[in-house]
This record gives sequence, C-alpha cells and structure tokens, in this order.
Amino acid sequence: MDEITSVFVTESREQLATLESALLQLEDNPGDSDTLNAIFRSAHTIKGGAGVIECSYIVAFTHVVENVLDKLRNHEITLDSDLIALLLACGDHMGNLLGVLESGAAGPDDDLASEGEALLKKLQSDPSAAASAQTGPPAAPPPLIESSGGTVVETDCWHISLRFGPDVLRNGMDPLSFLRYLGSIGRIERMETLGDAMPNADEMDPESCYLGFEISFSSNADKAAIERVFDFVRDECSLQILPPHSRVSDYLELIAALPEDTMRLGEILVKVGVLTQAELEDGLKAQSQPASPVDGTEGEEETRERAPIGEILVEHKVVQPELVEAAVAKQKQVTEKKAAESRLIRIQADKLDRLIDLVGELVIAGASVSLLAGKSGMSELVEATSLTGRLVESIRDAALQLRMVQIGETFNRFNRVVRDTSREMGKEIDLRIAGGETELDKSMVEKIGDPLMHLVRNAMDHGLEMPSVREASGKSPRGRLALNAYHDSGNIVIEVADDGAGLNRERILAKAIERGLAQPGQSLSDPEIYNLIFEPGFSTAEKVTNISGRGVGMDVVRRNIQGLRGSVDVSSTPGQGSRFAIRLPLTLAIIDGFLVGVGDAAYVIPLDSVVECIELATDTSERDYVNLRGEVLPLVRLRQMFGIAGAAPARQNVVVVQYAGVKSGIVVDQLMGEFQTVIKPLGSIFRHIKGIGGSTILGSGEVALILDVQALVQRCASLEESRAGNATTPRALPSSTRN
Amino acid sequence: MSQSLITTNKQRVAGAADDSPQQYLTFSLGGEVFALGILNVKEIIEFGKITEIPMMPAFIRGVINLRGAVVPVIDLSARFGGAASAVSRRTCIVIVELGNGEDRQDLGVIVDAVNEVLEIPRADIEPPPTFGAKIRADFIQGMGKVNGTFVIILNVERVLSTEEITLLAGMSSETSSEEQ
Repeated sequence: MDEITSVFVTESREQLATLESALLQLEDNPGDSDTLNAIFRSAHTIKGGAGVIECSYIVAFTHVVENVLDKLRNHEITLDSDLIALLLACGDHMGNLLGVLESGAAGPDDDLASEGEALLKKLQSDPSAAASAQTGPPAAPPPLIESSGGTVVETDCWHISLRFGPDVLRNGMDPLSFLRYLGSIGRIERMETLGDAMPNADEMDPESCYLGFEISFSSNADKAAIERVFDFVRDECSLQILPPHSRVSDYLELIAALPEDTMRLGEILVKVGVLTQAELEDGLKAQSQPASPVDGTEGEEETRERAPIGEILVEHKVVQPELVEAAVAKQKQVTEKKAAESRLIRIQADKLDRLIDLVGELVIAGASVSLLAGKSGMSELVEATSLTGRLVESIRDAALQLRMVQIGETFNRFNRVVRDTSREMGKEIDLRIAGGETELDKSMVEKIGDPLMHLVRNAMDHGLEMPSVREASGKSPRGRLALNAYHDSGNIVIEVADDGAGLNRERILAKAIERGLAQPGQSLSDPEIYNLIFEPGFSTAEKVTNISGRGVGMDVVRRNIQGLRGSVDVSSTPGQGSRFAIRLPLTLAIIDGFLVGVGDAAYVIPLDSVVECIELATDTSERDYVNLRGEVLPLVRLRQMFGIAGAAPARQNVVVVQYAGVKSGIVVDQLMGEFQTVIKPLGSIFRHIKGIGGSTILGSGEVALILDVQALVQRCASLEESRAGNATTPRALPSSTRN
Repeated sequence: MSQSLITTNKQRVAGAADDSPQQYLTFSLGGEVFALGILNVKEIIEFGKITEIPMMPAFIRGVINLRGAVVPVIDLSARFGGAASAVSRRTCIVIVELGNGEDRQDLGVIVDAVNEVLEIPRADIEPPPTFGAKIRADFIQGMGKVNGTFVIILNVERVLSTEEITLLAGMSSETSSEEQ
C-alpha cells in the first residue's frame, strides 16, 4: 500500500468515526443541521479522497450515500430511526470497503459487493428520496413573502453555480462546450472562473478537471431548459441555479453551499452576482481610506476606520445586510477550520518512537554524567549537571506527552456498540461516559480497545438483566452501564461498571470446582472467587450468544492487560451490579525505579509499588517473615530466589512493596536510591521468565533488571507451597541441551 | 565499555552465494576451531560486564548493553554441553544477527578467541559426521578443510535457535529455585 492510500485509509476511518458519532447524536436530536452538515462533510471527504486515489468502488458507494445526505440536508426527505440505522450500516460498509482497499485486493469480494448493493437499493428505494431525485428544487420562485429573508435581490439575471467533477475530462467531455451551448439559449452576462480546487502543479493531474464557474446568465429560457444544457454531466457536476429576482435567502443558501475555502467576502459577493466589481472596488476604497471627512462626525470616523468591508458595502446600500452576515459567517467558518487544522500535525508513529528512544538514551546518558559529576566533587559541575538533568526530565515528560491521547475517542466507540447490542437483545441500556479527557499512551489506547469491548459486551449480556426482570426486582427498567477513566497514583484506572445482577458467587465456585480450579471445602474470599473468572477456559454462560461467550474469554482480557503491565480487578455486589477496574501504567517506556543491590547485581523495583524501606534486624530465625509494626510481613529473599553467589552482608535491608493491597518485603543487600528508568525489553527468549519485568541501563552502562513485584511474590508463594506440598527434592536443572 | 573491533557490513548478495566460495569467521573455543558464516556476524566486541539473568540455564550467560540495546549472551561452550568458558584476555563476544524482518534478534556469543575471516570453497566442505564430533549433529552445517585440518562450520540457525533457547529458558525458569 503506498503512502497516499494509507493516509487516505487512516483519515477516512477517522471521518467514519465522526460520521458514526454524529449519526448517533442526530438520533437524539434530529433537527440539528450542524450535525447533519458534519455527517455530510465526512461522507464528502471520504468520497473526495477515494476519488483522488482512484478507488472507484468507494466513490460509487459513497456517492449514493452522499446524495441521500444531501437531500436530508435540503429537507427533501425526513430523518427517522430506520434511515439512521441504514446510514449507520452504510458507514460500516464503507469501513469494510476501506478494509478491502487496505488489504490490497482489487475490489470487494462477492459477499461484500452484494451487501453494498443491498444497502444502495434500500437507500434508493426510500420513496421520498427517489421522488426528489427526479424533480429537484421547484423551478419557479415562490411568491414573495414579507419577511426579513424575503427581500428581492436586484438582478434580472439567472445565477448559475457550476462545479465540474474531476472525471469530466476523463469521460471525454469538454467543459467549454457546455458553456458554448449555454450561450446558445441566452446571453452570459458575467462569468467567474474558479480555480480554487486546483492543487499545486506537481500534485495536479492533467486529466482531472478542477474548474468551477459562477455565471450570471440572462435568458428567457426556463429552469428546466437551463438544466438540460448540463444533462450529460449532471452526475459529475454540482449545479445550482437561482432564477432572476431570487429572494435573499436563496443567495444565503447558495453562499453556504459553495465549497470554496479562501474567498474573501467581496469576492464571494461578486461571484454570486449580487455585487458588481465596480461596487466592490468602491467598497474597498472606502475601507482603505477611512477618514472621508464628508461622512460625518469624528466618532463615526473611528468606527469607520475599523469597519469591515461588509459593513461599508451595506452602508453604501450596495448589498442587503443579511447577505453580508451570511458571507461573514462563512468566512469565519473558513478561518476557524483553518486554525483547527494547523493545530494538528500528523506524524508517523515510528518517528515519534525514535524520538522517545533517543530521549531514553539521553536520560541514561544524563544519569551517567551526574554520577561522574558527583564523584568529581566539583560543585559547579554538579550544579550544571543538575540543571541539565532537570531539563532532560522536562524533555522526557514533553516527549512522552506527545504519545498521549485522550481515551474519550475509544469510549465513544461504545455508544454505537451499546445502541446496537441493546436493541439486538431487547434490553434498555444507558451508557454513561466519564473521564473521557483522561490521557494515556497511544499504543495502550490501541491495545485496550479489545479487552474493553469484551468487558462491555459481557456487562451487557451477562450483567444487565432484561427490563422485566429489572422491574420485578424493583430497579429502573433501563440498565445503566458506566465507563469511567481517572488517574490514581501514577496509574490510570479504567472502570466498566453496570447496575445489573452482579456476579453469581455460587455458580462461579461450582464451575471452578468442576474445572479443578478450586477444591471443594476450600474457603475462598469473595475477591478470590470473582477473580476465578479470569482463569483460562472459564465461562459461566450457559449458552454462547452472539454477543459474548465466543472465542476470547476473560483470560485473554487479563493476559492482554497484563501485557501492558496492567492489572484487572473485579468487584461485585449481588443484585447491585459489578465493576471491573483496569489499572494501567501511564506509559510503557519510562518508569521511576528504586535501585537496590544484591551481591554484585543491581535490580530496579518500580517505585510506585514501593511503600517503605526498613533495616532487617539481625535475624537468626529460619522463618521468612518479620514483624512490621504488628503486621506480619512475608519476605522474599532475593539472594536465595535468584541464586546469587556470596554470603549476605551483616546488614540487610527490606524493601516493603505493595501490590493489589497485599504487602510483602523484598530482602536486599543495599539500597541505592531512586532512579529514572528507561525500560528495555529483554527480548523474546526471556519471555517465560517470571519475576523479572524488563531491563534498564544504568548510568555506568551496565544492565540492571527490573523486578516484576507481583510475579516475584507469586513465584515465591508457589515455590513454598510446592515444597510444603510434596517435600521432595526439587527437580534438577536441565544442565545440558544434549538430547 | 565494550569497544567495537570489527564491524562487518551484513549485506546479503542474493543468489551469488551458491557456487562461489563463502566467507567464514573462524574462532577457537576450548582448543577447537569453529567457523560461522560471515553473513550472520554483525560485529565483534571485547568481553565486558555481563549482567546475569537469574533462573536461566547455564548457557545463557546474561545480557549486555550494546549501545543502548539489551542483547542476550550465549556461552557456546556450555551450549555444546561442556563447562562454561573461562574468561581470558582474548575472550570476545561475537554479535550474531538471526531471523528476518520482524523477528530479527541479535544474540551475543562468547568465544575464547577470534582467529580470522576465511574463504572456504564449496568443494572443500564435507558433510558433517554422523557422530564423533561431540556436539549435536544438527548444530554442524559442514566440515571445512583448511590447511589440512577440519574446521567445524556451525549451523547458526540451529545452534542459536530462538525457539529452542526460549523453551529451555522457560523450563529453567519454571523448575529452578533457591537451591541453585
């Protein structure tokens, strides 16, 4: 896939997301023309982009969708929930077509093509849509109404706005011949050629037509006759015809419908034919020479000085005020859009990754410099390096910030999912989204989508009950599903909560015993039981539905989340609902670590899991626990656990760590302090290692291992359990690879 | 800090390798001479500080910092079933690149000394003996005749098979404990 195609696919997917959320908005608020315009713009952008990369099947499909949207916009057809559902389906189909394009296939396969045709047939069979497609706007201007928008513009010419589509030339038609033919049924009074759509010379395709015309046309022919001139290009051009003496409001609509971006107000008006060039020049002159003494008092001059051209023209009674307002509004829209565009820069992800890698190196190099500076004892050098260190830290934060995206977009995807699924299942579900502005790493946002989807579907399918059941248990028939995200002590927490029936403790326990995950008679706490649902192959759903229970299980959810160095917890109250909390680190690349030493080796403990450090009292005890202010603190002896050679020094230290509410102590030789750590993956050959989460490079250039506290503690516990269980000698190491 | 002694540009010359003599890097290990196809060799560095990884089989010596990348280091002698190599003044780490595209992985290999880069014509390469070489037959790609003696040409893909090493590392991590 070449670059332009991949850009098109990415952008179109974004447009589709906008389209979808706007459609959903429209469902709640059908009269909102802004939203409708946004939908139209999205579809139009996709069609335009597809035209640029010459992907005909997307153009063909989107074209029909766009037509329907256009009619909606012109109030020729009305919007109902069926049409919204149909348009949503069309959006999905466009997504599929994009997938086809992305996969590099020549065109959609038969299934997809027939699906598309079925959708198109439905779209076109919409009776009101079909009817209006034939007739178009009424030919004769309606009788004038006494209203502010009813003023008649003083021209006695037809006004024709014509934009040729890009394929006109390619299809063997010459725009000029249409104009000549037009000249044969009347007189072209004025004509403006619009080259605004023309790209830069090196991007221009000489076979494409970029031209548009604004024509002021005097003729006795009727509207149908004028339209007939353009019959051959009717499908490939946008044509708007205003009859002579049209109402101002018609011009206002025309101004809004014009696609051009950078038209200055005066030019717009000239092009529309409301103003002549001479009138515009007068207006411009008045703007550039504000202090015309004839015009009255000092105060008036003041305002005149800053008066925009529109006001001047109105004052000179050249144009109606309404027209100016519309044109100003359009100009403002254009500038606002421009400003929003310039605030975003699209960067390739690998460039960003490279930058973050380099910043990581800088952090390591900086640590090494400050280490040396400290050794040198030169206070000025130490001061300078500490300043550099601070700056590097800011750069690190800023660089990481570049990768941060808001989670809201991911959350909003679920509006559609919840809407569709709740209809399918006959449940009534309200989705409440909070904390959408919480930011997290882009790569994490991508990877969290699937687990989150699974949790949401589970909550809808198994958690929330049918409305009748809810009413019977005294709850509102509408189920509530909440997505929430927030920061919590260096982590990000994403919650999926429902107010459904909650997890069934007995059924989970029964299933666990059946699967051999728990022993009968074993007393388990509620959290322990609830966490059993994350075990592989565990599903309490009696029936596999379309929504959940297929393929991926909760074990996959947990594995995916653990792959992001996160964790997932579940809590549940019978009859009140359940709540899944996903905890994720802020970033995948850099953590704050606590450096400890055992023998010659250095290890890093993630700082957010460290609670405190204490000195290990000279212990003669065989037992691996200490008394921490009355609490029993189990100990992990790193020296034994990792088989590090050498005897323990006289004074050892304990780093008290906490994970998921459980405290334990890690026994080490030395405490070496806090340290910023760039995580380096250990490589695939170490992927089965338990207790070590990664590695990092110290200021000295040595590699230090990062401890995975949770896995380490678990490993220690399971080792002890197995030793106590079978009291036999542990199996020997596979010392040789000889077979 | 390790210093780069030789850096060879790894450029695969497609098709040209079939009949023309190939280049091999020879090195000694436990008194014997072995050879590695030069196309797999990325660079050779001085033996430096290795960070040990706990709970690993003996032939995985640990990891080193190769200009910011963390690279695992394999002790070939231990991999062949012998004792771990003793570090001397001439001990080197040969950085070998394995796999293609996404799964590309750099591995370091500890050798006693690096000898030279040799050209061995196809005709001078004998098939591996079925037994007697004291290392696994599938580790040997062929026996090269150089100055009347045999040089064992290693099959890098098998000796440093990532899957096998991963498996062994996983097993070791499962079973090893503080009794190590």
